[in-house]
Amino acid sequence: MNMVEAINNALHNEMKSDDKVLIIGEDVGKDGGVFRVTDGLIQEFGEDRVIDSPLAESGIVGFAIGLALYGFKPIAEIQFMGFLWPCLDQLSSHASRIRNRTWGRYTVPLVVRAPYGGGVRALEHHAESFESILAHIPGLKVVIPSNPYDAKGLLISSIRDPDPVVFLEPKRIYRGFKEEVPEEAYIEEIGKAKVLVEGDDLTLVGWGSMIPKILKARELMLEKGIKAEVIDIRSISPYDYHTVHKSVEKTGRIVVVQEAPRTLGFASEIISRINDNEMLNLKAPAFRVTGFDVPFPYYKMEEWAMPDLDRIIKASRQVLKW
Amino acid sequence: MFQIIDSNGKLVGLDPNLDEKLLKEMYWWMVYARMADDKALKLQRQGRIGTFPPTTGQEATQVGSGLATDKEDWIFPAFRELGTYLLRGIPLEKMFLYFMGDVRGNIIPENVRNLPMYVPVSTQIPQAVGAAYGMKLSNKKNAVVCFFGDGATSKGDFSEGLNFAGIFNTPNVFICQNNQWAISVPRKKQTASKTIAQKAIAYGFPGILVDGNDVLAMYLATKEALERAKSGDGPTLIEAYTYRLRMHTTADDPTRYRTDEELKEWEQRDPITRFRIYLESLGIWSKEWQKELETKAEDMIKKAIEKAENIEELKPEDLFSYMYLEMNPSLTEQLDYLKKMLATKEIEENSEKIEGGFP
Ligand SMILES: Cc1ncc(C[n+]2csc(CCOP(=O)(O)OP(=O)(O)O)c2C)c(N)n1
Ligand SMILES: [Mg+2]
Repeated sequence: MNMVEAINNALHNEMKSDDKVLIIGEDVGKDGGVFRVTDGLIQEFGEDRVIDSPLAESGIVGFAIGLALYGFKPIAEIQFMGFLWPCLDQLSSHASRIRNRTWGRYTVPLVVRAPYGGGVRALEHHAESFESILAHIPGLKVVIPSNPYDAKGLLISSIRDPDPVVFLEPKRIYRGFKEEVPEEAYIEEIGKAKVLVEGDDLTLVGWGSMIPKILKARELMLEKGIKAEVIDIRSISPYDYHTVHKSVEKTGRIVVVQEAPRTLGFASEIISRINDNEMLNLKAPAFRVTGFDVPFPYYKMEEWAMPDLDRIIKASRQVLKW
Repeated sequence: MFQIIDSNGKLVGLDPNLDEKLLKEMYWWMVYARMADDKALKLQRQGRIGTFPPTTGQEATQVGSGLATDKEDWIFPAFRELGTYLLRGIPLEKMFLYFMGDVRGNIIPENVRNLPMYVPVSTQIPQAVGAAYGMKLSNKKNAVVCFFGDGATSKGDFSEGLNFAGIFNTPNVFICQNNQWAISVPRKKQTASKTIAQKAIAYGFPGILVDGNDVLAMYLATKEALERAKSGDGPTLIEAYTYRLRMHTTADDPTRYRTDEELKEWEQRDPITRFRIYLESLGIWSKEWQKELETKAEDMIKKAIEKAENIEELKPEDLFSYMYLEMNPSLTEQLDYLKKMLATKEIEENSEKIEGGFP
């Protein structure tokens, strides 16, 4: 399955096994979602559970929070991350804090799904990555898969999670590649990073659509005899720093790759934590390869705006020869 | 529903007695917009422009209201107003550039009071109200026309904007292009209101339902609303009842959600055909004139494509220079980095094939 199929399959499994699971969003029903992620679900589960909403993002999330408070397990789809801004009020003022405000009397088991990221020649506002802004809201979980297998397992975990999860889908690799994905439900634990390839020379860390690039960069470096360890952190909140720090203790060198703008991106948090705990294990400063502090550009300039193999390898070399 | 000519091109309302020059102008802009839309669709299929939202079927709404608007009035658009866009004096190559992923498509000529396209639906509405309030404060006898779709009326920005407009009695004309669909969501699933026009009543000002495929009705309704606005009588909401004859955007497949019968029915109400019949009945339209317009439009479209495709290449500076009036140290550093990376590039990535549509 590719990632779209794996997510669709996860939604299908969960809707089938739990009739409290509902989907709401723009064009998710008849159209099957603009990326076809919800394709076929309305035919199987009906209009009451796969809801084509009016065009109102804040409304969608507020409505889903209400459903969750009442005991349902809503999955809200925001068509593109760029249209998620109006939902920040509902997410930060309510979904993320009702457990805390009521000491657990009320909770919001909500999933908000949204495709994010650039590199698909999209119109403006269709290519943003502001995951760090979401992770900055205490009380939200922010999960970002990088492959079909994880996408399914992590989404099922997110749906079963008792707290609100924002599930960001790297649209650039939605159909990028296929892999073996079981038909039956399984979970991948939220908050666990995954070491994708081991290596001793340096640690490369990323998430979402940066992972295939990082893996390719590793391959190219391997030809020169450099063995990088690659970690997919998979969830930026909660963040599994143990796995990253363990790797840094071994390699002493780290490059974090992030598509989002540079300032205050999640790479900054990763490096800050390394500073807290692993300073003395570093053989070189922790580096980051990031997007720029500009709105994600129109597509003529989009390749400039994203980390690429060349930049990942150059940063790695710098860290290695420090 | 306010109508001057019906779908057969027959006069059914009061004869507006508009002069021939204006009638011809209306027809010209509709033909030009339609032909430009056709061409854009072809260019998209050839990979020469990116995803774009066709406008075919909605020309009367856009041209009628656009020509009623003075040059000194402002327009806050959505993204599907090609007719209005062109007649205001924005060169067609700007539209091509924008959909070619080139930010220079947004640089509106100095003398044109249009904002560039608004992609996040509905966000232009409160802004149009703020601009109109500013106009009022400055004692200007002008108005702000704001376009949006039927889908846009569901967002908070619509309610908030119209509420402000009602309270502050701003010189606004809100034009809702109700083209019956918001991607796959039909109008009846967007609101339980019988009409969109009636929503205005709740905000304390008039709303009017107009045949959006009747260029004369759109012209007159907008003219009247603008007069109200300019004489201090406040805002008006115009629901232009029309239809999107093509896909939502080139990434969309409308056969997934709407029927052929519906499409056929609306094709019968094509705004250009009906106006042509009307003009013919007045002895204004002729085959030769049609040919003349088409030749002119073809030529203009060809030149616009040439201009857009031959524009000078963008430079790394262009990514950063317009962030603030002055570059800050962090941006300067990032620009230097980008330049260095491009100058020393060793690995060319074969850009992976990207699949999957987006609207
Ligand atoms: C806030 C926001 N949500 C979602 C989208 C994606 N989208 C683009 S156009 C559109 C439908 C708009 O419908 P309508 O307002 O009727 O305008 P039309 O496309 O019919 O011209 C949607 C959902 C968007 N651009 N902005
Ligand atoms: Mg519409």
